[in-house]
Order: sequence, then structure tokens, then C-alpha cells
Amino acid sequence: MKDIEVEYYAILREERGCKRESTTTTAQTPRDLYIELQKKHGFSLSIDNVKPAINDDFVDWDHHLQTNDKIVFIPPVTGG
Amino acid sequence: MFYLEETNINTSALQSNLCNERAGGYVSFEGWVRNHNHGKEVTKLEYEAYTPLAVKEAAKILQEAQQKFSILEAHCVHRVGSLKIGEVAVWVGVNSVHRGPAFDACEYIIDELKVRVPIWKKEHYLDGDSGWVKCEHCHEKKV
Repeated sequence: MKDIEVEYYAILREERGCKRESTTTTAQTPRDLYIELQKKHGFSLSIDNVKPAINDDFVDWDHHLQTNDKIVFIPPVTGG
Repeated sequence: MFYLEETNINTSALQSNLCNERAGGYVSFEGWVRNHNHGKEVTKLEYEAYTPLAVKEAAKILQEAQQKFSILEAHCVHRVGSLKIGEVAVWVGVNSVHRGPAFDACEYIIDELKVRVPIWKKEHYLDGDSGWVKCEHCHEKKV
């Protein structure tokens, strides 16, 4: 089990109803964790439209999660 | 130089930062808050950023522009928070010895920023509704 800090932005923050949360998970990768959280909270965004970042860097969906990582699932960006 | 700004973007002050005796010209882009989108009347916008990664990724884009184009300096500022119609949401400024690379670099920076930097825009409409702007460069595929 790993303790992971999840931070939410934009539509995911509103759908989750909070800015951040700590979660304990058996997920090994950001992919596992997004699927787990999506099931739990009903996130509307398909995994194809989200990008993971760990400790403020973009990572691949198959990146190995470590305990105390901070993860952000980045919704489609619309700056500019 | 890139930063996120919580109050009005002062474009003339930003332009003066790019005064350089070696420069033969300066190109800028200003993105403004317009009063409509997809047929709906917009009353205001809110921008939200994942600050640490937004700053890092935008700095990377500016560095790429420096490497790809023959320019002197490239700066960019993006607003966050609540913006009224007509306010400047994003500013890009580039100076160079000759004008061509400055135009190209300016376009490169705004194009890359729009698809890579974690900043999100929420529109508020005249009818009281609001919504996060849908991305125009994403897949349609569902899980």
C-alpha cells in the first residue's frame, strides 16, 4: 500500500469537490490510480484526455508510483 | 521569463523590458477576453493554473523558442483569477535583430502554450450558466 497525495484542478477539482486529498492505494502506476479514482468519484474525463504529473513533472501513465508522491491528473489544458 | 499574474497585465511595462539596442524589432501577441464563444454570450472568465508545472513548462517553451529561432529575448505572462471582457489574458513578447524570427517565435510560443501549459479557462455566460472550456485538441474516445 502507498500513501499518495492527489491534487485536483479545474473540472476534476469541481467533480471531486476538493482541491487535494491523501489516499492509500495498491495502485502501481498513475494509470491504475486514475482508473481507481474515476470509478470511485465518477470523473467525466476519459483517461485519453488526462495527463499525469508526479512531483511537478509530467510522467508516463506507466511510471512507478512511490509512497508520498504528489500526483496531479491534468485535464485538457485551455490557456491562452 | 514567464510568470503568472493575478492582476492586470501591464503590456507597456512588459514591452519596455524588451528594449534592446541590438534589436531591430519587437513582436507581441495579446490574448483578450472576448464577449462570446460558440454562440454564447460570455460575461467573464476565470483562469486556474497548476502553478509549479505551468511555470516550468512555459519556461521550457521559451527556451525552445530561443533555440529554434534567431531571436534575442522571449517573454510571456499569463493571467490567473477572474477576468473581465476586454482584459489581457496572455501576453507574449519577442525581440530580434530582424523581424522574421520574432514573428515565428511569437507564434510558436502561443501555439505551444495553448496545448502544453497546465492552465484552464472557465467561462461564465449571460444566462447564468458556466463551464470549463472544452479543449479543441483532444481525443473524443471514451474509457
